[in-house]
Amino acid sequence: MSQKPKTIFEKIWDAHVVKRAEGYPDALFIDRHFIHEVTSPQAFDGLRQRGIPLFNVSRTTATADHNVPTKDQHLPIKEALSRHQVETLRKNCKEFGVELYDLGHPFQGIVHIIGPELGLTQPGMTIVCGDSHTSTHGAFGSIAFGIGTSEVEQVMATQCILQYKPRTMKIEINGTLGKGVVSKDIILYIISRISASGATGYFVEYAGSAISGLSMEARMTICNMSIEMGARGGLIAPDETTFNYLKGRRFAPQGAAFEKAVGQWKQLATDEGAVYDKVLQYDAADIAPMITYGTNPGMGMKVTDRIPTQHELKEISEQASFVKSLEYMGLEQGTPLLGKPVDYVFIGSCTNARIEDLRLVAGIVKGKKKAAGVEVWVIPGSKQVEEQAIREGLDKVFAEAGFELRSPGCSACLGMNEDKVPAGKYCISTSNRNFEGRQGPKSRTFLASPLSAAVAAITGKVTDVREFI
Amino acid sequence: MSKEKFITLISGAVPLPVENIDTDQIIPARFLKATTREGFGENLFRDWRFDANNQLIEGFVLNNKSYSGKILVAGKNFGCGSSREHAAWAIHDYGFKVVISSFFADIFKNNALNNGVLPLVVSDSFLKRLFDLIAATPTAQITVDLQNQQVKLPDGTSEAFEINAYKKTCLMNGYDDIDYLLSLRTEIRAFDQAHA
Ligand code: SF4
Repeated sequence: MSQKPKTIFEKIWDAHVVKRAEGYPDALFIDRHFIHEVTSPQAFDGLRQRGIPLFNVSRTTATADHNVPTKDQHLPIKEALSRHQVETLRKNCKEFGVELYDLGHPFQGIVHIIGPELGLTQPGMTIVCGDSHTSTHGAFGSIAFGIGTSEVEQVMATQCILQYKPRTMKIEINGTLGKGVVSKDIILYIISRISASGATGYFVEYAGSAISGLSMEARMTICNMSIEMGARGGLIAPDETTFNYLKGRRFAPQGAAFEKAVGQWKQLATDEGAVYDKVLQYDAADIAPMITYGTNPGMGMKVTDRIPTQHELKEISEQASFVKSLEYMGLEQGTPLLGKPVDYVFIGSCTNARIEDLRLVAGIVKGKKKAAGVEVWVIPGSKQVEEQAIREGLDKVFAEAGFELRSPGCSACLGMNEDKVPAGKYCISTSNRNFEGRQGPKSRTFLASPLSAAVAAITGKVTDVREFI
Repeated sequence: MSKEKFITLISGAVPLPVENIDTDQIIPARFLKATTREGFGENLFRDWRFDANNQLIEGFVLNNKSYSGKILVAGKNFGCGSSREHAAWAIHDYGFKVVISSFFADIFKNNALNNGVLPLVVSDSFLKRLFDLIAATPTAQITVDLQNQQVKLPDGTSEAFEINAYKKTCLMNGYDDIDYLLSLRTEIRAFDQAHA
C-alpha cells in the first residue's frame, strides 16, 4: 500500500469527482438530492426555461416541511403565500416526476429527519439539499451539505455541483459524559468554544469515544449543528451502530445486498496516518448541560455559568455586537440564566425531533405537569416519529403534562409557518438557531437540549437538569 | 442564466459594522415564500429597517440618506446561518454589487458569486480603516478593481484581495456554473451509470 493515507472525507470526495480540471472547481457527483418547498421553485423554473428534465430523477426526493401548519394538516394551508409555495412544489414534482412526500403522506416530515429514517441516507454518499442543516446526514458517514438555489438547479440539471474541496478538521471527544449531558450539549459546547465561525472553510469529522458511544439519533444532532460553527458539513465514520440503524429501512439495500454494502461501508474510515488541516480535542467530562444566552449559537455557556461581560471577550471588535445581542435578548452582562422564567418551550426541529428525543422528554416529564403560564409545543420531526410516539404512549405522557403534541414540520424553528414565538417572549428551544427573530419577529431564544427544555417546561424557568435526575 | 459582467466598480459604500450578520437578518424567513427570484430587495434587513408597525427605523444605516452606493461594508462572518440564496438575491435586488467584510460564511459566499455579487475579503485592519473612513466621509468613493484584484480608498491606500481564478472569470464574463456542468453531461451520465 503505497497510497497516501486518506481521511474518510477525502475518500468519499475523491470517489465522487467526475472531473477535475486545472483552473476549475471539482465537478462533484451527487448521490442523493433532497428538496423542499422553499428553496426549489426558482430552480424548477430554471429547468423549465432551459427546457430540460432532471438529470436522474430517481436521486431526488421531496417533502413539504418549512411552511406547513402543525395543526389540522388535513385542511388547506391558511396562509396564502405558504399554501402557494407548497402547491408549487406539488405542481413541480408532478411535472418533473419527482417523488414527493406531501402533507398527509406517511413519510412526510422535516427533510433531514425523513432521509435517514427511510434509509435514503447511507454511508459513503454525497448528499445535498437547499438547506444548511443538510449536514445532519453526515452522521451516517456521508458528505452532506447545504447549497443555494442556483446549486439546486445545477444538481437537478446535471446531478453535479462545482465545489472546491474544503479543508478537513477533526474534533475528537474522549471520555464519559456526565449526568444529564446529551449530544446537544456536546455540540453547543464545541460551538461555544470555537465560535459561530470557528470551522468556516472546513469539513469536520467528529471522533473519539464519547462520539462513537452515541446512538444514530444523537449523532445526527451533532452533525446537524456543524453549520452553526460555519463548517461546510460534519461527519462521523460509520460503524455497527450505523449499520444496525440502517438494516431493514425502506430504501436501504436489503438482504445480501445489505451485507455487501456493509462490507464496503466498513472501508469508510480514516486511514492511519492521514492528516487533517486542524485537530481539536475535548474531554467529555468537561461538558455540562449547556444553554445559549445570545443571538448566535456560539454565545453559549454551561447552564450554571453567568453571561460574560463585554470586557471578558477575546476581541474588542466583538464588543459592539455582543452588547447589541444582549440588548435584543433583554439580558444583563455578568448575570446567571438559572432561574430566568421562560414563556415558551419548543421541542422539535431537525436537531431534536426524532423518536429518541421525544422519549428523553417523556421520560423526564412523566407524571409531572408543566408550569402554569408556559406554552409547550412538542413537534415530531416526521409522520413516522409521530406515529411511533403514539404507539409508545408518549402522547399520553405529554397530554398529562400539558404538553401539546402536534403534527410534523419545521414549526417554531423558524418564523415561517403559523407557529411563532411572540415578540419579547422567551423560548427555550431544542432547535439550532437563536438568531434575532428566528422564531418570530423579536422572539428571544435559548438553545438547549431536549432534557433541559423539558425541565424548564416543568419549572417554568431555566433549570439545571441535574437537579432533576 | 448569465449575469451582468463585473469589471471595475467605483461607488460609495454603506457601513454596517456588526459581526455575525446572519441570513435571517439579511432576509427574515417570513419573506421566503416567493417562488421567483425578484423583489427580495424590498425586505433586505427588514427587521432592522422597519419596526413592528412598518415604520422606518431612523437610526438604521440603510435609512440614512448620507450613505449610498453599491458597496455594503459589514463586520466579520457575514452571511452565516441558512443556505437561503434569497439573502444573496435580496442584496443584489437592493442594488449592492459588492459586500466587503473580513470574513464570509461559505454558503453565502457561493450564493453571492452565483448571483454576480462579489464577496470581497479584506484584512481586519483594512476593514477598520474602511469603517473609519466612511464614518468621517460618508460619500467616500471606493474603487473595486476586479481585474487587478485591488480595493482602493480615496486616500490612495489600497489592499489586494484574493478571488478564485475560476470565479473571477465567471464574474468578469457573466458566466454561470451550470453552463460548464451542462457541457460535462456525457461524462456525468457515464459516472452515474457506473455508480447506480
Ligand atoms: S427544522 Fe429548522 S433548521 Fe431544520 S430544516 Fe426546518 S427550518 Fe431548517
